[in-house]
Amino acid sequence: MHELSIAMRVVETLTEDLAGESGSVTVVRLRVGALSGVVPDALRFAWDVACRETRMEGSSLDIDEVAARIWCDSCEREQTVPGAFRMLCPICGEPGSRVVAGRELEILSVEMATDGQA
Amino acid sequence: MVKPRLIEVRKDILKHNDDLAQELRARFRAAGVYVANFVSSPGTGKTELLIQTIKRLSERFSIGTLVGDVETENDAIRLRETGVPAYQIQTHHLCHLESAHIDKALGEAGEYFDVDSLDLLIIENVGNLVCTAAYDLGEDLQVVMVSTTEGEDKPLKYPNIFDRSDVCIISKMDLAEVVDFDQEQMRRSIDAIKPGMPVFELSAMTGLGMDAWIDDMSARIEAKKGLHV
Repeated sequence: MHELSIAMRVVETLTEDLAGESGSVTVVRLRVGALSGVVPDALRFAWDVACRETRMEGSSLDIDEVAARIWCDSCEREQTVPGAFRMLCPICGEPGSRVVAGRELEILSVEMATDGQA
Repeated sequence: MVKPRLIEVRKDILKHNDDLAQELRARFRAAGVYVANFVSSPGTGKTELLIQTIKRLSERFSIGTLVGDVETENDAIRLRETGVPAYQIQTHHLCHLESAHIDKALGEAGEYFDVDSLDLLIIENVGNLVCTAAYDLGEDLQVVMVSTTEGEDKPLKYPNIFDRSDVCIISKMDLAEVVDFDQEQMRRSIDAIKPGMPVFELSAMTGLGMDAWIDDMSARIEAKKGLHV
């Protein structure tokens, strides 16, 4: 997808949200699901570029990657499915009736250091 | 050493888009406007399909269109030849439309057409099957289009957009024989990604299969009009 655009949006959102906080941002934690359309490695690559000349410059990106999970009506339980392709239950092969996890694309938290200490 | 501060954010990155999309959805519902978003690869035939669709629906319904392209006004110019208002959104660099584009366009197009008075608002998205999947525009219907020339495995290559769309149109059926299009295989591909998805096989140019598509759209538009107080 367009990970640079996503990274820039994260930087924009945080710059606004942290306006009232002092200090520098050392770590930004994101949650990226397997079905979100965003590739974590591409996002990491884009992060440094997106942060340039912003308050996030120098911060590191920590990504919590979430696997796709479906609800299987046949097995009557949640199952984790590999990849982001066909949402078939790995046990019985039936298509899942709904996606339970994997669509996440969230900013979880940031770590901030007081100026002069980072 | 002082511990670093942890600040919880817990914000969806696309939250702003989704919130605005919901606002648009509420506005469209209040006005009784049926909104359809058309996505496909570049060159599938969205504009031609929309021209023929508009020609057949505009006798019964009041229609307006928003068209997204990276550059040029070409598609809006073509759509306007049908006699309905078409407003071009040029993204200049962005590969997809977002709800902010729609909101801004409706404001700018305000002098040109009154969206709240429409029965049908058509949104022709930027030609892209990847990024368009993630951005809710406040629409009632998302139509994914694929043509007979693109390969029967297209849905398998782009599962996300097919899964998130409501109906599928297979276009350029007039070329089916020439390109040895395998209808059964295409249906199987679609079924593997979204079982039971309604599929319309048609040719905008020859009119083949257009009746079923027009009937379906008419019913949807009428249903939404009926809800409008």
